Amino acid sequence: MSTQASSDGESQVDYTHTPWLDPSATPFIQIKNINKQFGAFTAVSDVSLDIYKGELFALLGGSGCGKTTLLRMLAGFEKPSSGSILIDGVDMGGIPPYERPVNMMFQSYALFPHMNVEKNIAYGLKREGVAKAERTERTKEILNMVELAEFAKRKPHQLSGGQRQRVALARALIKRPKVLLLDEPLAALDKRLREQTQFELMNIQEKLGITFVVVTHDQEEAMTLATRIAVMDKGNFEQIGTPAQIYENPRSRFIASFIGSANLLECTVVEREGNMYSVSQSSNSQAILVEYDGDLSIGANVTVAVRPEKIRVEKRSAVSSAVADGHNQLNGIVKEMAYLGRLSTYHIVTENDVMIEVTSPNQARYRDGNHPIDWDDEVTINFAPQSAVLLTE
Amino acid sequence: MNQKKSKFLVSCLIFGYAFLYIPIFLLIIYSFNYSPLLPVWGGFSTRWYTRLLESPEVWSATALSLQIAFISATVATVFGTLAGLALARLGRFRGKTVFTGMISAPLVMPEVITGLSLLLLFITLWQLTGWPEQRGMMTITIAHITFAMAYVAVIVQSRLAGTNQALEEAAMDLGAKPLRVLTDITIPMLAPGMMAGWLLAFTLSLDDLIIASFVSGPGSTTLPMLIYSRIRLGLKPDINALATILIVSVAIGVLVAGWIMLRQQKQRALLANQ
Repeated sequence: MSTQASSDGESQVDYTHTPWLDPSATPFIQIKNINKQFGAFTAVSDVSLDIYKGELFALLGGSGCGKTTLLRMLAGFEKPSSGSILIDGVDMGGIPPYERPVNMMFQSYALFPHMNVEKNIAYGLKREGVAKAERTERTKEILNMVELAEFAKRKPHQLSGGQRQRVALARALIKRPKVLLLDEPLAALDKRLREQTQFELMNIQEKLGITFVVVTHDQEEAMTLATRIAVMDKGNFEQIGTPAQIYENPRSRFIASFIGSANLLECTVVEREGNMYSVSQSSNSQAILVEYDGDLSIGANVTVAVRPEKIRVEKRSAVSSAVADGHNQLNGIVKEMAYLGRLSTYHIVTENDVMIEVTSPNQARYRDGNHPIDWDDEVTINFAPQSAVLLTE
Repeated sequence: MNQKKSKFLVSCLIFGYAFLYIPIFLLIIYSFNYSPLLPVWGGFSTRWYTRLLESPEVWSATALSLQIAFISATVATVFGTLAGLALARLGRFRGKTVFTGMISAPLVMPEVITGLSLLLLFITLWQLTGWPEQRGMMTITIAHITFAMAYVAVIVQSRLAGTNQALEEAAMDLGAKPLRVLTDITIPMLAPGMMAGWLLAFTLSLDDLIIASFVSGPGSTTLPMLIYSRIRLGLKPDINALATILIVSVAIGVLVAGWIMLRQQKQRALLANQ
């Protein structure tokens, strides 16, 4: 999906969907060594980031990680303590929020309670000095886009949460900003509506080609929406990459456990053969085989991270050859089991007393309603050396 | 919830409200007393009201009081709003708590002291600049502005503290310059609070006897001052009538202010719940 040869057979690469890989592309938003202090507290600490035109970029992190502060600096509500922000080549230093080519969709939507939907949406155009006729037309157009035409005369408090979200989106888009900033755009919606709205957001972004920067604490939301994600922690970027890069190649223990869930096993390297490392938790425990491209010496402390869904689990009484002949076989007992319909989650305690989380899809239909693997069953688990990641940070 | 109401609590309620309102009801009842002797009931009559309307003194005092109340409430609302805005939106600064406390100090300051200090101010000003040449409507109005402003500031500040600053940021984000944000977003948001503040300032000014007595001059007698001076000459039933009118008008003011505040509170709760 990332690269693709052009049709005329030359070795040119098409970077349309991955501008960040194109060495000749100019970033649309350049964040250069931004630092933000609130008194003695460092909210954002010396971060740099390039975002390209047309991207849907997500800033992901827990509360207090600095993601919102960074977004507010892009909008102009906070001044960086040092560093600079360039949008489309223009330094934003000293440019107040009302003169920036960006618009923001606020977390609480911040709809003006004393104005109706139409006036809320048209407000940006009015301040821009757009003539009334054009204002009306553009408002109508965008109301149709967000499917709110019949609610034009309603006040915000007469709308449902989803409708308000769409009004906020329309209001932020009507000025056709170069960049749209979204602060937790879906946090106030219930789960079903959130999933539906995610795709609407993506459609609108694709249609308009506006660069989106989304702040979110919800990793699933970030994974669904974003072209790239920057995971933030304590004012720093922990990792920047596509959702798949971050999920499959977490750079650190923090990322591995923050994005999705992962079994983290503290180990030391005992043996190496090419890029196959043999690591073990203690001298008497079974060695785990992991493929790793980096260079580690014998005796180095590492963490093995394995995603729960990358581990197979089978009843010990009925182990298939795929598990029996595979690497990294461990025996254990099911301590906890949760049947979630499309998949089941198991907490398995291995023979050397380590708790491993395993999720497996319920591919076969259990006609009698009985789960084939149950509490206290003796099971064997295994995972491929390629499925685990060695972490040193 | 459909338990029998505790008899004890009900009697507490009755006692408390009786304590508060019996004197006022007595006054209202006696204002309709035909007899010129205060404690003697001579039958129902509105003659004291009629006599009141015929007295030019009462009319001029009422006119003066209303003028002062109107001007001082309006100016106090403007000043108080500005002070409230500054306190709520200036962010954190050194001594903010002190300033916040200081704005509400006039609320608890004894009126005698406020009145005395204002009198001293006017005398000093006169000595230094020759203004004000004489004390009267102007000085009373200024005095009322100073203490009513504190009430407005407190109301506005608490209203602003409860509102979402994101609204102002959203307007700015959409291209509104700070002054525009103030007129388009902040003031409309504050309007109910300012209205309540204005009504409160108006009634406070209409009520005030002590401060007005300090800073008034010859020929400028406000309604409460008139009532007080007449009482000192001996209790006459027409004062009861006047007091009744005053009570009714102040009650209406307070009720309207309370209703406005309650309504906006409900609206806000509605918006927050959704």
